[in-house]
Amino acid sequence: MKARVRKKRLDRGIKARTDTIFLVASWKDILYVLMPRALPVLILLLIPLFLGHYENKVLFHACVYGLLALSFDFLANCGLFSLGQSFFFGVGCYFVGIYDKFLQIPIYLSIPFSAISTGVVCAALLSPVVRLRGVYFAMITLILPMLLMKLVEATGVMGGSHGMPGIKGFPNEEVGVYLGIITFLFLIFFLRRLMGSDYGLVLRAIKEDDRSVMSSAINIYWYKVQAIFIAACIGGFAGAITTHHFQFLGMSSFALDYSILPIAATALGGQGTFAGAALGSMILVPLSELLRELGGLRMALYCGILVSCILLLPEGLFHFLSRRYHQFQVEAKVE
Amino acid sequence: MSLLIYGLIQSITLALYAVGFSLVYGVSGIANFSHGAIYILSGYLIWAGLNLLNFPYALSFLMAICLTGFLGFSFYWILLYRVRGIPLAELVVTFASGVAILELMTWAGFSGIRYSLPPVVFGSVEVFDVSLDYQRLMVLGTGIFLVLGLYLFVHHTRIGLAFRAMAQSERTALSIGIESDWVGSLSMALGSAVSAVSAVAILPLGIMEPTIGYEVLIYALAVAIVGGLESTPGMVAGGFVIGYGQLITAKFFGPKWMIIVPLLIIILVLAVKPSGIFGKMKELEERV
Repeated sequence: MKARVRKKRLDRGIKARTDTIFLVASWKDILYVLMPRALPVLILLLIPLFLGHYENKVLFHACVYGLLALSFDFLANCGLFSLGQSFFFGVGCYFVGIYDKFLQIPIYLSIPFSAISTGVVCAALLSPVVRLRGVYFAMITLILPMLLMKLVEATGVMGGSHGMPGIKGFPNEEVGVYLGIITFLFLIFFLRRLMGSDYGLVLRAIKEDDRSVMSSAINIYWYKVQAIFIAACIGGFAGAITTHHFQFLGMSSFALDYSILPIAATALGGQGTFAGAALGSMILVPLSELLRELGGLRMALYCGILVSCILLLPEGLFHFLSRRYHQFQVEAKVE
Repeated sequence: MSLLIYGLIQSITLALYAVGFSLVYGVSGIANFSHGAIYILSGYLIWAGLNLLNFPYALSFLMAICLTGFLGFSFYWILLYRVRGIPLAELVVTFASGVAILELMTWAGFSGIRYSLPPVVFGSVEVFDVSLDYQRLMVLGTGIFLVLGLYLFVHHTRIGLAFRAMAQSERTALSIGIESDWVGSLSMALGSAVSAVSAVAILPLGIMEPTIGYEVLIYALAVAIVGGLESTPGMVAGGFVIGYGQLITAKFFGPKWMIIVPLLIIILVLAVKPSGIFGKMKELEERV
């Protein structure tokens, strides 16, 4: 008699009726749960050892843009849609300039200092506008980096349009790359955990319905300022490590690239889960490196990807892949 | 005196930047971030009409208006129609396509002295001992013409009334037979055409290059935020506040501080009256 087979969903036995509680009975089950989390981490941690100088630079870039995408996704999760990640990035870069050039602080202090100072300054600068919602907040954050760029150009502070060379670099290249990767990985898990906590619940509730959060006697503006602080710290950190990596500081740190690419990455990967933003930047940045000879056309290409993602794949790549993974079927023999 | 007159021209210029943007936003609630790109594109269309097709000024101007209007119209049906009702998706789509247009133009090398528009009218006139060329007077005239024309249009024509109905309540407008997608796309078309009209008045005054698109967008947003997003008088008021503010700053503190003015005014206005100078209460709820 021919053996009869039926299709069996892998996750049925493991998920205990919900998506978040797992019932593991064997190594296979543990592997099923852990693999999507552990595999990217392992790959990212090991891959710099096998890559050359140029590829490591690309990887570093991907991590920097990934950090910015995380910062964008975090703010979007709190209902603050920011079109100006380059604002955080640029302020972080210029703080490194201050700490490194004028105060001569060693590198392992200047990075955290500038990340935190960026957080404080950006939260203070944006605090008058946290009352704005949606499109209005987006407009302000779009204008800010452009105006700051013009301000630097016009007043000539910190080197003006020539920039400032001679920032201290990392002791060797791998340190910078690994710093980027480890922070990036840590932040993905940290932000996911944060959004699941009670604190994150308030932030997510502000996005869904801020009136009802206000009616529970929670000061939403204070929470929004805190959210901006966190996001600006991440953006400022990205700026700080980039400046130290390239040992150069210039007006281009306020460029539109640093705003558009994180948004495009988040749109490609899927909004809401930070893993989506990370995935998107890991795809987009190497892709744009491949297309380097296109020059100025790359920006138009990002925009094309962004628009087509929003129109054609609104849920994003990560949601799509994770659904596929959970619906994975194997053939089982019917007894 | 020259400060007063050039401030007036500067203010009208800023108001002209913002009128098209505020028209689209006021009617359909779409924040059209591709405004700057469409503005500069219309400038290049006029240039193409003059230099490539050897049209007279009036004809190439007309062609540019029609083409940008059609561009705005098709923009709505191709892109915005699919994401209608999700403000942030609308914003990202318009912004990204605007940047795409601008970057494509930069890539194609549309800059330099070759790409400049000659003045529509030559000559100048003395006003209160200040020499003022006709082109600047034309900016003033276009500003007055557009504001008056838009006022008459939205108050006394069927389409204009449909625009206002849409602006007040989309659903009610739908229930009396005004199709919101048609009105929305028409408002995009009109907004783009208006930006083409302002382009023909303003662009001959300076150089023409794609980066101006970003500048126009920044100033349009600044003026719109200060003036209250949806009202045309608000645009004029916002233009005056920022325009005179900039000129006075340039005179007393030096031109390099000019760029701070819009930023400071925006923050001030947002802190004191978040709905803008001419904004309505309804807006206040949406914004804050």
